[in-house]
Formats: sequence, C-alpha cells, structure tokens
Amino acid sequence: MSQLRRTRNRSAGLQRPPAAILVIASIAVAFFALPFIGLLWRIPWSDAWSLLTTKSSLTAIRLSLETSLWATALSIVFGVPLAWVLARYGFPGRRIVRALCLLSLVLPPVVGGVALFAAYGRRGLLGDSLFEWFGLRLPFSTAGVVLAQTFIAMPFLVLTVEAALRGLDHRSEDAARTLGASRWYAFRRVTLPAVRPALIAGAVLAWARALGEFGATITFAGNFPGRTQTMPLSVYLALESNPGQALVLSVVMIGISFGVLLSLRDQWLGGSSTSGGSR
Amino acid sequence: MSINAQFDIQLPEFHLAIELALAEGEVLAVLGPNGSGKSTLLRALCGLQPVDNGKILLNNIVVDDAELATFVLPEQRHVGVMFQNSTLFEYLSVLENVAFGLRARGTKRVVARANATEWLERFSLEQFAQRRPASLSGGQAQRVALARALATNPDVLLLDEPTSALDVRAKAEIRRDLLRLRQQRPVTTLLVTHDPLDAFALADRVIVLEEGRIVQSGALDEVASHPRSRHIADMVGLSLVRGEVRDGALTTASGARLVVPADSPSGPSVASIRPAAVSLHRAEPEGSARNAWKMTVSDLDRHPERVRARLNGPIPLLAELTPAGAEALALNVGDNIWASVKASEVTVTPDLGS
Repeated sequence: MSQLRRTRNRSAGLQRPPAAILVIASIAVAFFALPFIGLLWRIPWSDAWSLLTTKSSLTAIRLSLETSLWATALSIVFGVPLAWVLARYGFPGRRIVRALCLLSLVLPPVVGGVALFAAYGRRGLLGDSLFEWFGLRLPFSTAGVVLAQTFIAMPFLVLTVEAALRGLDHRSEDAARTLGASRWYAFRRVTLPAVRPALIAGAVLAWARALGEFGATITFAGNFPGRTQTMPLSVYLALESNPGQALVLSVVMIGISFGVLLSLRDQWLGGSSTSGGSR
Repeated sequence: MSINAQFDIQLPEFHLAIELALAEGEVLAVLGPNGSGKSTLLRALCGLQPVDNGKILLNNIVVDDAELATFVLPEQRHVGVMFQNSTLFEYLSVLENVAFGLRARGTKRVVARANATEWLERFSLEQFAQRRPASLSGGQAQRVALARALATNPDVLLLDEPTSALDVRAKAEIRRDLLRLRQQRPVTTLLVTHDPLDAFALADRVIVLEEGRIVQSGALDEVASHPRSRHIADMVGLSLVRGEVRDGALTTASGARLVVPADSPSGPSVASIRPAAVSLHRAEPEGSARNAWKMTVSDLDRHPERVRARLNGPIPLLAELTPAGAEALALNVGDNIWASVKASEVTVTPDLGS
C-alpha cells in the first residue's frame, strides 16, 4: 500500500510542468477570468431580476433568440451541402471558393456588414431585384439581422462538418452504394449519421456566434428596438443610459456562451482532451 | 449470372489489364500479393471504379463500356459485395445493417426486417440483432457483412479478402458459411484473396494477378503443380489433408496417418503442408521424421530454379526440390520414392466443413 502510494507520487512529479510555466499559465488564466469576476462583482444583484425583465431587455432577448435560431437553421441548410462539396469534390479553384466561404471568420464583422450592404442594400448588387421580385427589403429589417448573423456564423458549421466529412471512411458509402442505395440515400442513412456529432457541434458553435453577432448586424440592419436590436446591441446602447441593464444582459450572454463551451466535447473544438481517453 | 470482362484501368503509377469470364454459378478465386490490383478489379466489377478501356458485361448486359460511354451505377448492378475488413454501418444495429439493402431498394421496413432476421438466423447471428457493429468480434462482423451482402439476393457475389485479419477459427467459420451457401444456391462468385486456403476451400478456378496483370489462370491443381513464378509457387503450393485429429495425429478417411504438432486441437481438421517441407528419399528414411510414405511420382514440373513433383500415395502431396536435388535422385515420372514431412512443418486448421 505505501509502496503503491510512493509510486504514484513519483509519477505525479514526473508529469508536473516546470514552475515557471505554471506561473505564466496562471497569469493567463487570471487574464481571462478577471473580466468575468469583475462583471459579477459590479452587477447590481438586488435589481438584477427587474433589470432583466424590463420590456426592452425582454424584447432584445426574444429577438436575439429568434434571429440566432433562424441563422442556425440557414447555416445548416446551406452549410452542410457546402461542406460536402468542399470535402469531397476536387474542382478547379476549390481552394479559392473555400477561402471565400470562410472569409468572414477572419474579417472584421463591420466590414462584413458594409459588404452585405454592397450586395443586398437598396443600391446594392441585388437590392433592387430582391425588392422587385420578392418585395424584400433586407437592410434595417429583422431578416437583415438573420442575414448578417448567417454570414458570420455559417463558416463555423462548415469548418466543423467539412473536417468530419474528410475524416470519414468512404468505404462505408461504397458499401451502401453496392447494396442498392442511391447517392442521396447513402448520404442520408450512412454519411449524415456518421457526422452527426460534428454537425451538432458545428450548429451549436454557429448558434453561439450568431447570438453574439454585433458588428455586421449594426452596420447592415441598424439598431431598432424590437426589429433589429439584438442583445449585444442593447448591451452596447445601455452602457451609457443604463449600465446596470448592460451588466445583467452581459452576464446572461456569458452564461449562455460558457454553457455552450462546456457542453461541447473538447474534441470538437480542436483541443485534444487529456481528461479521460475516449472509450 | 455470368461475368465477362475485358478492360484496362490506368491509375496513378498503376495499370490494370484484365480479361476474364465466369460462367453462371462458377467461383473464381483471384490470388495475388497486395498492390497487384485485386481490389481495383473488384471495384470495377461492382461499379465503384469506371474502366478506361474495354468493357464489362454482367449476364451479357453491358454495365461499363469505355467506347459506348455506357456506365451502370453501382446501386443498379445487383452485385453483392463483402469488403475487406468490416464496412458495417456503425450507427445502425446489426439487424438494420442487414436490412439496409432492401430498405434502400424501397422495401417496407417490416418486410426488410423480417428478411434480415431470416438471414441472421441462417448464419446463427440472431442473438446479435440489436447490437452495434462495434461490439462484435472480427469474425462476427464479417459474417454480418456477408449476410448483408446476400440479403438483397444478388446475382453476383464479390468477396474482397473475406478472411484476412481474422483468427484461424473465424476464418474457418467464414469458409464454412460460404461453402454452405454454395451448396444451397450457387451464386456466381469472385473471391479476392491472398490466402490459398480460401481458394482451395471454395474456388473452381483461380487467376493470379501480379502488378496489374493476369500471370496465370486455370484449375487450382493445375496452377499449383505448374506455377509460373516463385511467387505463385509460394502462394498456391499447399497440400491439404482432411481428417480427424486425435492425440497428435490426423487420420484421413482412407486410414492414412499424419503426425501433427502435439498442441493441435482434436476434431475434424485440415492439415496443410508446404511443398518445400516435403523431403524425398530413394530408401526408407530413418530417424526423426515420423511421417514417411511410399509414393509414386505422377507429374514433374521442371523449372530452372525448382522442380515440383506431384506424388500419389496414402497422402497425395506436392513436393518441391532444387534442380540439383532432383538430379541427385534421378527423379522421373512413374518412379517409386519415399516422402517424409516433419510434424513441426504441418499446420492444422479446424475443419468446420459442410
């Protein structure tokens, strides 16, 4: 028994990182943690519930949930086929198409909003036609919010699903084909179930990103309460007029984001898990 | 259903040229080392790899023709494939895996499941119906894959290394299932393998592929007695002896006795002996080799590097010796000669037979 304990202690010492690295890493953790602790410290807890349930707060929350869920749905509907094409078909210029579709990941969202204007704005590339054909005016509308959020959030889903599709053994699909499955049936019954964990992870990531979208939304859709004023926008606005409300809304959004990250397994965020090997 | 194929496939750094014909119900084994093009041949037949030249006919109907630009999609060829290693669908239960083919062809769920259950019962796999493929052993997974391929009632069966990566027992089980299937309903079958035991157990004819080319074809016995290359000689030379193992010796149906390694399990078995493990002597051998029989040389295949002798006697054997060795023995067809094999050179496999 004592022999066992000594062995365990020895091996623990073997794996412990050097002190200097521990100190620096701790500073990094504090750097991330302090803003949230500060937020929790500053929050007017006694008024928190009433601030959260003011009409303007509730309107922003409802609008945010609606638009972000729409954006997630659109990201899935268009993102999965896009990921499939990018993962499976070698066509000339694929790298350029891929970079184009993932550009908004690295673009400042405000620039994205300006670009959306150039395409779908009233004087944009498609703005007139959209209005004439469908009676659709995207800028400064709730639909515009959804468009801006989808523009920013979809690449997260595409990246995740594409990686999963690339990693998939195509022989399962081959087997399905020889069993009489059409390409579409094989995709539905074999490919899709195999990438479902990645699809869920991608959708959750995209949803969280859509929920927090600020720059493209305010540029393209403006800031109209009840129509385009989502939670991040109302936080920004309330900061001057009603700092308490801004703090409470911030904490709600942090809570949601934190929950999303915790719910996703490490593997889908590109980090290798050291806790508990898989199976 | 018959298969007629005559085609070329050019892949990066690899060229496959094939010409073969299978009659209805025939089983053809395709032997060859890794990278010889066996799997590409199989993929071409089932429609996963289009040919670059020539054509493929299934049941005299063109399914792939480079000149006519005809190509029948894999799902319309009605070819059952059992792939190397398991390609079972991990997210479906064993039952749903076997029912997959019928479901994909639009059969109602209830009907497809009933049919799948029947196939599982036929292979004694019904207790795994609700399990996930990941929880099966390699042999069980391969047999489920076989049931899945057969559940759609294919006209042609393509088997890609059905027994590779399995243990001896599981290999024997797969061979037994395939053999039973052959006896019940002969399906035209192309068996790709590098295990000559598979070919011996199942095939009427073999073709040998090397570097994308057919280097030899014919009846297995014929190829084994007259191998055209060192590689073929190594691959197909095995002599197989069926019988009952008890107390370290195998007794054949005709009463001949073969001493086998002491740790061989008892019961019906197949012993295999490499030709190079057979020694020939003019006089009755004395000493350590306990397996010795008086034989007659029925056929000699003389090759600059080796001589193969087919021996008739209590236990028919193929023997291989060096040209110098054959010279020293002054070996000729019709000669009587003593053959011996060390017990340690005999490999024993359980025979689950028919």
